[in-house]
Amino acid sequence: MTMLLIGVFLLSLLVITAIAIVRSEDLFSAVMLSGIFSLLMALNFFLLDAADVALTEAAVGAGVATVLLLAGLRLIPPKEAPGRPLRALSVTVIAATALLMIYASFGQPTLGDPLAPTQQHIAPWYIEKTPELIDIPNIVTAVLSSFRGYDTLGEVFVVLTAGIGVMFLLGGGRGKPFSRLDSQAEQGLSGHLIPKVMARLLIPFILLFALFIQFHGEYSPGGGFQAGAIFVAGIILYSLVRGEGLALSVIPPRALLLMSAGGALLFGSVGVAGMLMGGNFLEYSVLAENPVIGQHIGIIVIELGVGLTVTGVLLSIFHAFAARD
Amino acid sequence: MNLADHLPALQVIVPLMTAPLVILLRNGFLAWLGALLASLASFGLAILLTVAVLGAGVPEYAMGGWQPPFGISLNVDGLSALMLLLVTGASTLGLAGGRLSLRRDIDNRRAPMFYGAWLIALAGLCGIAVAGDAFNVFVFMEISSLATYILIAAGRDRRALSAVFKYLIIGTIGATFYLIGVGFIYMMTGTLNFADMALRLGDVIETRPIIIAAGFITIGLALKAAVFPLHIWLPRAYTYAPNAVTVFIAACSTKVAIYVLLRFNYGVFHGNLLAHSDLFTVFIIPLALSGILLASAIAIYQGNIKKMLAFSSVAQIGYIALAAGLATHAGLMAAQLHMFNHALAKGTLFLCVLAFVLTTGSASFSNLAGIGRRMPWTMAAFVIAGLSLVGVPGTAGFVSKWYLIVAVMGMPGWGVPLVMAIILSSLLAVVYLWRFVELAYYGQPPDGDVSRMEVPLPLRTLIWSAALANIYFGLVPQLPLALAESGTTTLLGGLLP
Repeated sequence: MTMLLIGVFLLSLLVITAIAIVRSEDLFSAVMLSGIFSLLMALNFFLLDAADVALTEAAVGAGVATVLLLAGLRLIPPKEAPGRPLRALSVTVIAATALLMIYASFGQPTLGDPLAPTQQHIAPWYIEKTPELIDIPNIVTAVLSSFRGYDTLGEVFVVLTAGIGVMFLLGGGRGKPFSRLDSQAEQGLSGHLIPKVMARLLIPFILLFALFIQFHGEYSPGGGFQAGAIFVAGIILYSLVRGEGLALSVIPPRALLLMSAGGALLFGSVGVAGMLMGGNFLEYSVLAENPVIGQHIGIIVIELGVGLTVTGVLLSIFHAFAARD
Repeated sequence: MNLADHLPALQVIVPLMTAPLVILLRNGFLAWLGALLASLASFGLAILLTVAVLGAGVPEYAMGGWQPPFGISLNVDGLSALMLLLVTGASTLGLAGGRLSLRRDIDNRRAPMFYGAWLIALAGLCGIAVAGDAFNVFVFMEISSLATYILIAAGRDRRALSAVFKYLIIGTIGATFYLIGVGFIYMMTGTLNFADMALRLGDVIETRPIIIAAGFITIGLALKAAVFPLHIWLPRAYTYAPNAVTVFIAACSTKVAIYVLLRFNYGVFHGNLLAHSDLFTVFIIPLALSGILLASAIAIYQGNIKKMLAFSSVAQIGYIALAAGLATHAGLMAAQLHMFNHALAKGTLFLCVLAFVLTTGSASFSNLAGIGRRMPWTMAAFVIAGLSLVGVPGTAGFVSKWYLIVAVMGMPGWGVPLVMAIILSSLLAVVYLWRFVELAYYGQPPDGDVSRMEVPLPLRTLIWSAALANIYFGLVPQLPLALAESGTTTLLGGLLP
């Protein structure tokens, strides 16, 4: 009952936030509200016991995406352009889509129903076989990195492609250099004492936590995606208080490009290694004498690849936006 | 396992894994060379897979060694092989023919990023064609779409950016709709594997979410495939993209969306959802017909050759959708054949456009007047491909138009009006092509200069091989026919007459 009340409360807040985002004409408040939206979403995921998804949503949706949008906001006027009035066609299409989804939801199994098709077919197999085949406590990690590792490889390439796109269009990597790099002007919050001290205190812990999420992903919620996002949050904080010049001298653009491409290559090479050692692509069991150990090796290495690419790409995107005049 | 068993995986891995290596290069030429070699290798793999499909068949490939439905499988049948040939062929044609043109469009420093994106787009499209899993299709759809946006945004015209933004928004809506549909199906069946879905869907009693899912998937993919009137992103995207990119994407990317549509509607829903095929037919055929007629008519009024051909593509997608919507064996055959033949014709036409723009600098009609006398070889190839587009006997286009008309005649009551529409639209195609051909041969060049200026011999050879392929597959259509036959059989599973 309490859970139900909390759920209704959170979902109502979500709807209110969404309406506020649509109605707000001030882009800064729209961006902040969308950060709040992601945070509420993360809470909802957590309520549904999807801790891994919640962590990702909080780190990427509420954290990094908000900062990226703010960095983009610097380049455009702060107010929404006076838009065209709502058009009847758009409203009809949106209303029809919503109604159809509501109609479909009448046929959906009750939340948490043990007899729901999703609980009956492959999920029990994952739960039963993971301890025996992969032997790690976090089944979500087992599914993402091994059973459906090919999808995860694909997602890493989606992230890499996004990075390529931003570097191609806005600069970074070996393309156009970041334009503000050599300016000596005071940047970000570097003139403010309190944020500076607070950030100094926080950054080491954020980076350490990122490493924990990275290497503890098999045992607790987390993995390369979340770790990368949290690591990036730490570096972004650093560049906000100390200026991008310093952040970029810690990890130069060249290194960012190497990390982005290298992570994806590392992931793929594990797959190819599986092929060379007599298995299928991404078959980790053949990587060691004992198939379970092989799975462990595979998962640790590919998660490292994921973390590298996510860190490299997100930071490249941040710098590409933030360093633009 | 020997290497032959790995073919379906290699088809995706080779371009995918070359991409990060290419973006690390410093030199634009090397990046192009790397991309071309990877693309050629993919084309080779596609040929090997085609041979295997027509021979003993290609065994299912279990990614990570996990059997489906627990892991992700790759399944290659005739239809997949057909798509693979198109995708890898178009990519190779665009890269090989586009060297000079791309060197002008993209500066050396950014070139490695561009060619990396090209390979990722290629890998994404190949990944969709071999995937046996609905969610995996979504992942590779994201990969190919994102990479395609980058390729289009590379156009020299600043309008490429606004065109690609529109494409990005609409493409994302399409992908989201697809994902919503897949989510509903997963909710009701508990599986993401196509074959397993088809098996389990029959036992689902509560079909409301499934019907809505079918709707979302169909509309989402129709957006991606640019079925009229959901095509609004296409003309500008094709027009302002770099010419070599247009050769690549115009030949294959919308067809891959239709491929997924066929997989879902026939492979999964057809046998399991009562009246689904009727709904699909009623939904798609009016759209297809209006596309065939209206887009052809709009093409007549264009003053830019790329835009004209883009509208022609919308009309041609209409033919494919019409054939697919018939829900008969003959219709599916026609749809697949037309995908193949239209890709041949459009690829050749856009390659000729690339050559025109390479020498004259612009794709507007006024600038291209008299080009037929200045570039006789290229223009002759353009005419051959144009004849194939219209469907003149002896060209590849005729074969698929013939199959389409036979399929349409099989529809009781509908046959004659549909045939009339097809013939009318073909006449419209004659009109819009003739407008350009007349201008090219009889028009006065803008500066009065009628001296010869052909593109270099290698590019001309490539253009002519592409043009001759249009004739070859018109006279010897056995290969696409065999693939379409095999594809139709797996799609329908022997359900339809």
